[in-house]
Amino acid sequence: MRNLSERVIEALLFAAAAVSVLTTVGIVYVLVSESIHFFQRVSMVDFLTDTQWTPLFDDAHFGIMVLVSGTLVSSAVALIVAIPMGTVIAIYLSEFAKPKVREISKPVLELLGGIPTIVFGYFALLMVTPLLQKIFPELPGFSLLSAGLVMGIMIVPYVASLSEDAMRAVPMSLREGAYAMGSTRLYTALHVVVPAAFSGLAASYILGISRAVGETMILAVAAGMQPNLTWNPMEPAATITSYIVQVALGDLPHGSIGYQTIFAAGLTLILITLAFNILGQWMRRKFRESY
Amino acid sequence: MPALTNEQIRAVIARGKLKDAIFQAVGILCLAIGLLVIFLLVGDMVMRGSERFSLDFFTNFASRRAGSAGILSAWVGSLLVMLVTAVAAVPLGVAAGVYLEEYAKRNWITEIIEINITNLAAVPSIVYGLLALGIFVYQFGFGQSILSAGLTLALLILPIVIVATREAIRAIPAMIREGSMAVGATRWQTCRYHIIPYAMPGILTGVIIGLARAIGETAPIITIGALTFIAFLPPVPFTATGEGATAGLFDWIMSPFTVMPIQIFNWTSRPDPAFEVNAAAAGFVLMAMVLAMNGLAIWLRYKMRKNIKW
Repeated sequence: MRNLSERVIEALLFAAAAVSVLTTVGIVYVLVSESIHFFQRVSMVDFLTDTQWTPLFDDAHFGIMVLVSGTLVSSAVALIVAIPMGTVIAIYLSEFAKPKVREISKPVLELLGGIPTIVFGYFALLMVTPLLQKIFPELPGFSLLSAGLVMGIMIVPYVASLSEDAMRAVPMSLREGAYAMGSTRLYTALHVVVPAAFSGLAASYILGISRAVGETMILAVAAGMQPNLTWNPMEPAATITSYIVQVALGDLPHGSIGYQTIFAAGLTLILITLAFNILGQWMRRKFRESY
Repeated sequence: MPALTNEQIRAVIARGKLKDAIFQAVGILCLAIGLLVIFLLVGDMVMRGSERFSLDFFTNFASRRAGSAGILSAWVGSLLVMLVTAVAAVPLGVAAGVYLEEYAKRNWITEIIEINITNLAAVPSIVYGLLALGIFVYQFGFGQSILSAGLTLALLILPIVIVATREAIRAIPAMIREGSMAVGATRWQTCRYHIIPYAMPGILTGVIIGLARAIGETAPIITIGALTFIAFLPPVPFTATGEGATAGLFDWIMSPFTVMPIQIFNWTSRPDPAFEVNAAAAGFVLMAMVLAMNGLAIWLRYKMRKNIKW
């Protein structure tokens, strides 16, 4: 009896753990099965090479590059902000700051990371864009630039926190060796600690990239939602994510081509994220230092 | 290399110290920018939204006239969705965490589950929305309901709850388990009466952080097709719904709904600047909720670190 109930409980607990695997299976199943329907109507070549994205017009075009360009440009802007800022903060907190400063700064960064993205979207549209327009008078009301900048600020805490963890895991003996040779703090940080922690830093950058590529609301609010094949951050453009939001806001019948496009767009998004993650894994293996 | 004179050595040291100081200043500046953004955001929303802070704002439905629009359906919706999310995510997440720490054997199945949880944390939230749209809304026929939204967010925060549970359990020393088993407790009794209660503060911290994340999520809920304009509340259990019918205990769970972030999105995307005031006020309310939850979690963690001594 006792054995039986133990067995049943173990099975239940295992089932709970298996839910996470089911989630992944569900994601792959939904994206792939709807995308198969989509690609029965639209050829893969058109999808990858067409330069227009007008799936809901009579003259429908399905060139995903239009959305991909918006996603990549806004992510690039965000990462130009987030990676240097996050890394500098991490080096400062791990190598320079007094314990007290670190104790206070980490929760503050966590709060910054916890702000809902819709609030950041509001911030980008109503505060950052008007500010940028004073510097660049020709900047339109919606732009990838202001959305990307705010997205960068949003990602800083993730990069800083993970990088700091990686640098703190570097053994003290390495630093002591460098100090004993007469290195300054900065020299030790840049030439000893950062290389030793590089695989952890790479992981934090990859997470930052995933966040940027998958970010939705900041772009939906502040970057405008019209499809625009552009590499210029000063222009408004739709991204993969903001397109999905735009379609979901309307009323699309289940099974229509418009409904299927959001799954094809979602699949593209996942594949881009996956590509960056594989790149990250490769980089971590290549630059891993053992000590 | 010729030996350096004392002056040259001092110059090298001074240069090094200067670089250190400059870097330190840059580090502090970067941190300050983060802090400044929080202050600017909160400050701007308070200033812009202040004229709308009144009881009416919380008790009025959304309206076409900005001046009389409120967030009643939004905050009630957010609360109900969070209830469903917590009820689904907490038992599942804690059970999964207990399994992985206390039961799982080191084999390939366990490894797949672990890798999978790490990877799920990096999946963009909007993809969870697509999953829910395909599975919950259409395959299971839950429709665009509070149930669909709550379950979607539960899946989204599941990795957070699992990781928090595992960390809390890992901090419990082995002697607790050994003591329990030595007096004849089974594995489950050990978990039920020792491991889970002792891990509770850590689990709670993870749950609160997860819910704070969920309450601000917009994209997955828009994706399942939540409406942006709702001027009614879900049916209260056991009250009349008209035509002589009464609402059942769980009727509200299938009701259409809106949540705070969607209401804010709706107001920011209107061209009329009068709605910006509403967006600011609602944004402030949402921020206050999220910051309060995060603050509570940080405080709990701090408290925990001080109190627990094995």
